[in-house]
Amino acid sequence: MKAVELNEISKTYGKEKTLAVDAVSFSIDEGELFGLIGPDGAGKTSIFRILTTLLIPDGGSATVDGLELVKDYKKIRSRIGYMPGKFSLYQDLTIEENLNFFATVFGTTVEENFELIRDIYVQIEPFKTRRAGKLSGGMKQKLALCCALIHEPKILFLDEPTTGVDPVSRKEFWEMLKRLKSKNITIVVSTPYMDEAALCDRIGLIQNGKMLSIDKPDEIIKSYQNKLYQIKALNKYALLKDLRAMENTLNCFTFGEYLHISFKYESDKTSIELINSLTSLGHSQIEIREITPGIEDCFIQLLKN
Amino acid sequence: MPDIVIHTNKLTKRFGNFIAADEITFEVEKGEIFGFLGANGAGKTTAMRMLCGLSAPSSGEATVAGFDVYKQTEQIKMNIGYMSQKFSLYEDLTVLENIYFFGGIYGLNKKDLKSKSEVLLNQLGMHHEAKKLVKTLPLGWKQKLAFSVAILHQPKIVFLDEPTGGVDPVTRRQFWDLIYEAAESGITIFVTTHYMDEAEYCNRISIMVDGKIKALDTPANLKKKYGATNMDEVFFELARGAKRAE
Repeated sequence: MKAVELNEISKTYGKEKTLAVDAVSFSIDEGELFGLIGPDGAGKTSIFRILTTLLIPDGGSATVDGLELVKDYKKIRSRIGYMPGKFSLYQDLTIEENLNFFATVFGTTVEENFELIRDIYVQIEPFKTRRAGKLSGGMKQKLALCCALIHEPKILFLDEPTTGVDPVSRKEFWEMLKRLKSKNITIVVSTPYMDEAALCDRIGLIQNGKMLSIDKPDEIIKSYQNKLYQIKALNKYALLKDLRAMENTLNCFTFGEYLHISFKYESDKTSIELINSLTSLGHSQIEIREITPGIEDCFIQLLKN
Repeated sequence: MPDIVIHTNKLTKRFGNFIAADEITFEVEKGEIFGFLGANGAGKTTAMRMLCGLSAPSSGEATVAGFDVYKQTEQIKMNIGYMSQKFSLYEDLTVLENIYFFGGIYGLNKKDLKSKSEVLLNQLGMHHEAKKLVKTLPLGWKQKLAFSVAILHQPKIVFLDEPTGGVDPVTRRQFWDLIYEAAESGITIFVTTHYMDEAEYCNRISIMVDGKIKALDTPANLKKKYGATNMDEVFFELARGAKRAE
């Protein structure tokens, strides 16, 4: 059985019938860590709200843990955990009170499923009498994850848990997810950070309500269509402008320390000729090297096509 | 002599016993793209609020665009631009209304507003959107528009607080094209970000940990100093020992 299965799911909003989710189909295996990767406004949250039975789709069908989305919504709710993008716990309740509340609502106790949250809970336990509204961003996030897990859900939905979070805390969060995965919980997580894609079993790249690609991260990388080079020179912005103005440049964009570039036509001499013409334009300290693309390169290519 | 537009010396902000910004000292030159990095809760926002004239320091000194952060906060505000992911534009006003509103606040006259909004809409390719409400635009467009509005009055310095959070990879890069262009025209850029690839686009960066500036140099020098291949590693090296969170 699939943990989650969507079949041509669509959702429109408002009078203008803005298409937020456009006939999206995919499935997620049990125990899989699945990433929904896309920018703000791509449709990630709508898909999450549909799968967590908070929003009724306009078209298509879906099952969650084998149950039908609309018909069995009550049963689905007891089998899933959901951490919305916006902090949604009770700000006036303490850490302890929030956790007890959610356990009680789901007809269980904190003690019963404590093993599942132990790793995460110990990190916020010293502050258990503090109100949720007074917690730091990182602590709120850990509490929200505890509350989403306290009824031992089979599938966990995490909507942008790391947006606005610094790189160190992001890394810690993904380590927590890996530990949860090892306990055989299916995890569906969305993120705008492309570097997190590589940490998922499979990913779906989404933009404007449409799935651009669904596959394992390395398969998506293999499907990249061009040779890709990284290039740098002393004056990066001048280099970018000059490369973009060149006839043979297919794509050129900034990428950390380097620019990434692909060409329309290539021969053995492409690199040498490029270095020569850049030198004649006054550039110095030029370095160019062919590289393996990353998920972000693939996403950019998919967006441009 | 380089033209110094931001100068701080032991700038400190206390909230009761808590030292949010702890004797921070640095200088930023005219036209520089200066990346102001740090973990959540390191004190970046507090420091930035002092530099924008929004929060009086507890001790230390600082000048921004030549004006004192204690006594000349109004002059500072007239000489800077500001945008963040949280506050940028009025959602219920149209694109054009926002341009006129913010331009007007910064003292541009009608004639200037007309010509400048024309240039801006051209540059962003947003002529068709001029009469649309800002809330109907995709986030990336909003952010590009917000940046252009923040520099409409040609400020000496623009402060950008996580301007690209959540924005798609293509738009994020277009946003940086706008930053480069503004820097070339002589506007100093002071920017915070959680994207470490963007740290590489800065001329120099500082990394704040627990209220203090732990490192300040060019990305290349920092990587050399910490034996790192990218800025992610430098950041981890410095920030993983952080004691406090936001």
